[in-house]
Amino acid sequence: MLTFVRKRAFASLISLVGLLVMVFFLSRLTGDPASLFLPVEASAEMKAEFRALHGLDQPLLVQFGQYVGNVVTGDLGESLRKARPALDVVLEAFTWTLWLAVITMTLVTIAAIVVGSLAAFRTGGFFDRFSSMVSLIGASVPDFWLAIVAIVVFAIQLSWLPTSGTGTLSHWILPICVLFVRPFGIIVQLVRGSMISALSSAYVKTARAKGVKSGPIIFIHALRNAMLPVITVIGDQAASLLNGAVIVETIFGFPGVGKLMIDSILQRDFNVVLAAILVTAFAIFLMNLVIDLAYALLDPRIRY
Amino acid sequence: MADHLLEVRDLSVDFHTVTGTVHAVRNISYYLDRGETLAILGESGSGKSVSSAAIMNLIDMPPGKITSGEILLDGKDLLKMSGEARRAVNGRRIAMIFQDPLSHLNPVYSVGWQMREALKTHGISTTQAQAEALRLFKRVALPDPEAALDKYPHEFSGGQRQRVMIAMALALKPDLLIADEPTTALDVTVQAEVLALLKELQRETGMGVLIITHDLGVVSEVADRVVVMEKGQLVESGTVRDVYRNPQHAYTKKLIAAAPGKGDMHEPDAHGASILSVKDVRKFYGGFEALKGVSFELKPGETVAVVGESGSGKSTLARVLLRLEEPDGGTARWKGKDLFTMSPGDLFKLRRDLQMVFQDPTQSLNPRMTVYQLISEAWVIHPEILPKAKWRERAAELLDQVGLSPEHMGRYPHQFSGGQRQRIAIARALALEPQLIVCDEAVSALDVSVQAQVIRLLDGLRKKMGIAFIFIAHDLPLVRDFADYVMVMQKGEVVEFGTVAQVFDNPQMPYTQALLAASLDPDPDVQAANRNARLARVSQI
Amino acid sequence: MTMAVPSPTPDNAIAAEPGFFVRMARMLWADKFALCAAIFLVFVIVMAIIGPTLLDDLATKQNLRGRNLAPFDFSRDWFIWLGADALGRPLWPRIIVATQNTIMVAAGAVLISAVIGTLLGLIAGFASERTSQIIMRIADVIMSFPSLLVAVIVLYILGSSILNLMLVLSITRIPVYLRTTRAEVLEIKSRMFVQAARVMGASSKRILFRHILPVVFPTLMTLATLDFAYVMLAESALSFLGIGIQPPEITWGLMISQGRQYLTNAWWLSFWPGLAIILTTLSLNLLSNWLRIALDPVQRWRLEMKGSKNG
Repeated sequence: MLTFVRKRAFASLISLVGLLVMVFFLSRLTGDPASLFLPVEASAEMKAEFRALHGLDQPLLVQFGQYVGNVVTGDLGESLRKARPALDVVLEAFTWTLWLAVITMTLVTIAAIVVGSLAAFRTGGFFDRFSSMVSLIGASVPDFWLAIVAIVVFAIQLSWLPTSGTGTLSHWILPICVLFVRPFGIIVQLVRGSMISALSSAYVKTARAKGVKSGPIIFIHALRNAMLPVITVIGDQAASLLNGAVIVETIFGFPGVGKLMIDSILQRDFNVVLAAILVTAFAIFLMNLVIDLAYALLDPRIRY
Repeated sequence: MADHLLEVRDLSVDFHTVTGTVHAVRNISYYLDRGETLAILGESGSGKSVSSAAIMNLIDMPPGKITSGEILLDGKDLLKMSGEARRAVNGRRIAMIFQDPLSHLNPVYSVGWQMREALKTHGISTTQAQAEALRLFKRVALPDPEAALDKYPHEFSGGQRQRVMIAMALALKPDLLIADEPTTALDVTVQAEVLALLKELQRETGMGVLIITHDLGVVSEVADRVVVMEKGQLVESGTVRDVYRNPQHAYTKKLIAAAPGKGDMHEPDAHGASILSVKDVRKFYGGFEALKGVSFELKPGETVAVVGESGSGKSTLARVLLRLEEPDGGTARWKGKDLFTMSPGDLFKLRRDLQMVFQDPTQSLNPRMTVYQLISEAWVIHPEILPKAKWRERAAELLDQVGLSPEHMGRYPHQFSGGQRQRIAIARALALEPQLIVCDEAVSALDVSVQAQVIRLLDGLRKKMGIAFIFIAHDLPLVRDFADYVMVMQKGEVVEFGTVAQVFDNPQMPYTQALLAASLDPDPDVQAANRNARLARVSQI
Repeated sequence: MTMAVPSPTPDNAIAAEPGFFVRMARMLWADKFALCAAIFLVFVIVMAIIGPTLLDDLATKQNLRGRNLAPFDFSRDWFIWLGADALGRPLWPRIIVATQNTIMVAAGAVLISAVIGTLLGLIAGFASERTSQIIMRIADVIMSFPSLLVAVIVLYILGSSILNLMLVLSITRIPVYLRTTRAEVLEIKSRMFVQAARVMGASSKRILFRHILPVVFPTLMTLATLDFAYVMLAESALSFLGIGIQPPEITWGLMISQGRQYLTNAWWLSFWPGLAIILTTLSLNLLSNWLRIALDPVQRWRLEMKGSKNG
């Protein structure tokens, strides 16, 4: 198990380094922060001073070397925009995103498993057809469109919920509902397919020959086997939420890490972008470990 | 009414398929008493498993539908019972074991859990279930029963898994046990043990056993009476001895005639120098030694049968000889040249001479190629054999040679039956005009009557064209009528090598003797004698 | 073999089979949802091809008196039935004109990623362990990228054109095809018919393209159909953020974005293009579900049975 974690950490580290190198150099190519942060009428001396202050006058490779050196010692630099440590800015935003992702994925997982299993039990029945249609539509709806429609209906027309921002519990409802739809649609279909093959498997036949009731057959015999392929996709969906639901966060004015990343790129706040990437990458690495653990827990044939 | 434990009357089951309704079984009737064993004998597609599935309520409806008949258990019709009452019968009064215990046990729960579930489903408390599970595991002689309870299905061997299945089936002392091909996937020696266990348990509990099989040997070993099925109909029934000695129906006669191991044995008569000379071949998988120095010689037109149980290394030997896997030692000289160290160019030429026919033709034929494409691929790869203009003509000739109609050249493999597919695979091998064909369990997946046809075909090819064969099989009787030499393998080693007559009539090594003793004879009297001899030997030890 | 449905063909008869297209048509007829989806998609494709030449004038004609005109006013011309945008341009023709860009970007991205991904997957599945590992690590890096972020950065540097958008979207999708192809190749490589070809002396190239690729192909088709929907959504998201297609070019995503500021008084500006996206992705999803069954010889009977029952 420990060697497995180590191997995985090493592989993740390699991709993380690749990611950092690419983002570092690509983002420097997008423009000069000095001309963006300082007023248009700023003199050339002021710009040079600004660059020197933030080490932007060094050759790119030197800048990168310094950056890596700092990262290793835990220093991710300052946010140019907010004049605070970049890591603090990112962690603050990430906490919001994390909560959003955790709540949404928990709801999605529970709902998708129940709906998908019941649909698979009576294939071709009314519930199956209904839920198939709903999940297909759910998987086809662009989230930003849904966000807009939800705002029009629930916030503007009915005035039940706030349009954007944070503060009260009711601010969470619309973002969660909007983010819920697509993963739900995708996972329901997957659970259904996986359950259908599990229910037609030989060991279910044995259980029927033993006289086991339908309930335990579905939720004890078939479900645990059917969950194995589903877990991977739950992980993928959770990862994309952790990467920041950029658009939904933007529309709802939700101060998450996705919104932070986009804003920081637009304003050339490189340290925050890089810190955000490091933090989310680390979170996704941890989550993938949990997914692997869940795999091993569900399937005794898997040993790391 | 309640004369018999189980009585099936006029049962008909239909399945709706693409090409229309299939009458899986039509108006079949049979009965079974307590303490008795009834065998349902039939080949694939005969519908032999359908009636047992109907008894267990395992037919998926749709596409299946029971169109007529009754299934009486102690006089009560199972088909008229409510769902709940029917469920309570399963496991408690009737239990079932299946052909492939690995897929029939839930892979993610421990076998102990699955045992306890069987008991708890029918109202037995957890602690009692635990004790009972342990007792049953001891009874079916699983090694280290306490530890075994916490293990998962994949941690057992095939024979042990079938013991687990049996323990689970017998948990509630059912009146009726249905065994669907319970030993088909097992090695012969393990098969003998499992069948012996079943008989012992039957004697103890007095249950009725319904055994479904394609194997006359299994019938003669365990059954009292037999019913024979063909294409959904019951064509013959009677006591095992009567049916074997005096079969009435043409199909039964054909089945009995097809059983291998009754013809004359070959006397090796090949002359000349060896074409293949294998010396001290070794192969490792990690630390595991799959081949521990295998050597043999082969002359043109000669057949060597390689026989062994699973894990004996017989298939590895075939794959190494064909360079599908790289050997870790030894030499194999093909007409003097070592084919293990050959250059890629020489190896490419050698491919023409050395061909292989695989176990399962469904797997070995590319599903997306037509028969013509499959056969002519040989000439695409080796264009020097035949100019393109003659391909069609030659493919037709080859199909004719293996007993298929040339009109079917444009069809795809899945449109043929298993036996026909294997003929296509043989035609494909012949397209290269090889001098040696390696048959890796080439007939094992086929029905008995088809097996006999394919073996006749191979034998004919050998006589006509002088092709040599390496014939790999797990079943000794199968190679008796066909091989010149027999090589018995165990755990990567050759334990015995000799002419067919030597090996069959006068086996030297205990392992060969055990293999021969464990293989089942279709003749009930011969089998009874074998069994007594075996028991006598066991009691001596 | 316990409960397999007995083979309906007797031993010596050989089942006759209709040709590929007849068969597919029949199976499509059997699944009415997939049929509707296919018809809708044909309509979308036709509109993507001829829409702009047919309706471009109509779609760009500003009419300041008809600003944010409400839909369902059937007393007016047909093209204004879905309402008009902030400059009084009719929405219905605009949506049709936008089809071309939307479909072109998605189709281009799917094609590029599928071809590159499949080729790399074939190599990774068949080449030496080292090559395979290198390819897989690169795929990991791409996968671990927040794809939107990559898109933003690349589009900033290269400028946002249709071609660049295609490239960016295709890069993020390459690993999907790569992994699927590699996994399938690894599995198929060990199958008996590949071994049989090797025993005959077939070259690696022949095995890859004649034996393995045709078997993987249906899976890739299904995947590409599904991915088309995914890429369309991603493109609209980028356009929505203002880093995809730039005006005066239009796509459905951009139209939604443009309508956002008029949400309170003119919901239809964003609603209709969104509906176009939903209907197209839904059709693609339905078609992909159908394809998965229709191209699978083991599952195909489900559709064929339905077809024969319905007539």
